[in-house]
Amino acid sequence: MINKLVVENLKHRPVRTTLSIVAISIQVTMVLTLVGLSKGMLDEQARRARGVGADIIIRAPSSSVINTSLNMPAGIVAFIAKNEPHVAAATGVLQQGTDLLNYVTGVDLEEFDKLNGGFRFVAGGPFQGPNDVLVDSYYAAQHKYHVGDTVTGIVNRSWRLAGIYEPGMLARLVLPLKTLQEITANSGKVTMIYVKLDDPAITDEVIAELKQKLKDYQIRSMQEYTELFSVNSVPMLKEFIYVVIALGVLVGFLVVFLSMYTAVLERTREIGVLKALGASPGYVLNILLRETVLLAVAGSILGILLSYVTRFTINDVIHGSLIQSIVYIWWLIAAAIAIVGAMLGAIYPGFKAARQDAIEALAYE
Amino acid sequence: MSDAPIISIRDLRKTYHVGEVDVHALRGVDLDVQRGEFVSIVGPSGSGKSTLFHIIGGLTPPTAGSILLDGHDLLGLTDAQRTELRKTTVGFVFQKYNLLPTLTARDNIEIARHIAHKNGPLDPKFGDVLKLLGLTGRLDHKPRALSGGEQQRVAIARAIVNHPAILLADEPTGNLDTENSTAVLGLLRDLNQRLGQTVLMITHNPEAAAYGHRTVRMRDGRIE
Ligand SMILES: Nc1ncnc2c1ncn2[C@@H]1O[C@H](COP(=O)(O)OP(=O)(O)OP(=O)(O)O)[C@@H](O)[C@H]1O
Ligand SMILES: [Mg+2]
Repeated sequence: MINKLVVENLKHRPVRTTLSIVAISIQVTMVLTLVGLSKGMLDEQARRARGVGADIIIRAPSSSVINTSLNMPAGIVAFIAKNEPHVAAATGVLQQGTDLLNYVTGVDLEEFDKLNGGFRFVAGGPFQGPNDVLVDSYYAAQHKYHVGDTVTGIVNRSWRLAGIYEPGMLARLVLPLKTLQEITANSGKVTMIYVKLDDPAITDEVIAELKQKLKDYQIRSMQEYTELFSVNSVPMLKEFIYVVIALGVLVGFLVVFLSMYTAVLERTREIGVLKALGASPGYVLNILLRETVLLAVAGSILGILLSYVTRFTINDVIHGSLIQSIVYIWWLIAAAIAIVGAMLGAIYPGFKAARQDAIEALAYE
Repeated sequence: MSDAPIISIRDLRKTYHVGEVDVHALRGVDLDVQRGEFVSIVGPSGSGKSTLFHIIGGLTPPTAGSILLDGHDLLGLTDAQRTELRKTTVGFVFQKYNLLPTLTARDNIEIARHIAHKNGPLDPKFGDVLKLLGLTGRLDHKPRALSGGEQQRVAIARAIVNHPAILLADEPTGNLDTENSTAVLGLLRDLNQRLGQTVLMITHNPEAAAYGHRTVRMRDGRIE
């Protein structure tokens, strides 16, 4: 019965109800999109790293997952290959950022092939010359590239598209290592070294040995390395998400506060009637809180649906290098955020209604 | 015990504090109402009629005096106890119908039962009451689709659905034309005669007052 009243009350003011739901849904989408983007981008990077098929990853001292600008001498590759009996293959790659989110990777294909059998081409093939570029099929589709096309704008040069490979391998744009080293003044330098062992079971022992020989270098198993692709390891990302969550709570609070406050004023008389019928303050409060929760839940559901719209827009319409994934656990978190914000907003109007004097309310015009 | 008055009021006083000013709305009311009586209350505006109802109905506490309802003293009841009293012992009908606009007539009646924790299907005898009230065909309409007379009849149904000991009707015909007034007054008399419902009714209209067994006059917060 009380639910009927709640629903009827919300239906009674369709515009106010709709606007409240939409406002709540926007903040839910905001949170879901941000989290989805973070997760999508990080997962994609981790997936590509795993695709390389290495057991150990070595990076320069004090570099971080997203700061790849610190390089180390390529000679380490040969050093490892020579001094570690269990190393089956090792190769260094050079990463060079092209803009905020994208980077190209310089690869020595010969060494790289030994690691994992090389790129699986869907069109074209390996580098033919120093000015060739390889891209994954996803990137090719986004930019409508075909083998033989000229690709411009990568590190300020034009390149011939030699091959298109299946995604999920290392990077999305690959250049010959030598060429990239030369044009970026990184001759003899690499950003990361991928190491493959003849027996993955002894990864930990080899890492321990390598750590002795290469002091200060960051040496991790693939497992450890891909775990670094998390929200926690990106500087400020967590803080940024917190800020967006706080804004979300604030939006929910303000919207529901206004909506419920006007609802309470408008229903002063009805509240008086309920009290005359014997409704306790708790009963009146209960009605308003249920309305609030219903608004927040409806807003959350709409927000979740909208996050599919933003995902479609980001992944399929914009064709950038952004990837948004849908993170189911955050449906609950975002909905909880919306409900908390809404409940906070309902407290003052709710208590105002609950404490309304019945006689005054009945006299209210 | 059943011979004892259902309402027994002695020297009842009510003072409202409006800012610095004390408004003495009731200045010593004495009144006994027997079970099954239909009492009309008349008096000039501001004489304290509604205030008396609000106290009997537990909407506001008395300031002093004694008021026994079915043997229970209302002086010194807590807010929660007065809330309980409204659920079980009294039913209100107002001049302005005061139906919940978002609910149908049926749900307006149902919500009163829900508030009083009476769930489950309506008592079949109540169907007769609805028939008596002429509401059977109108129950699925919302208040704005009902005439004033119909709305007031729904309000009466809502007021008595929980079988209150006392029905308090504050100018129930104040907003109605003659025809609808006559119908509503006739209904109150029927409810009183057929179901033995105790009714207290405030009115400004002497003809309406004549429907009661007796008329009580109020002036300046007292009964004349
Ligand atoms: N909540 C209140 N606060 C302050 N004063 C009040 C309140 N309710 C009533 N009064 C005052 O108490 C007096 C009695 O009012 P009451 O409403 O009981 O009169 P009434 O006989 O019902 O009048 P009417 O015929 O106009 O309805 C009036 O002077 C009124 O101004
Ligand atoms: Mg009055």
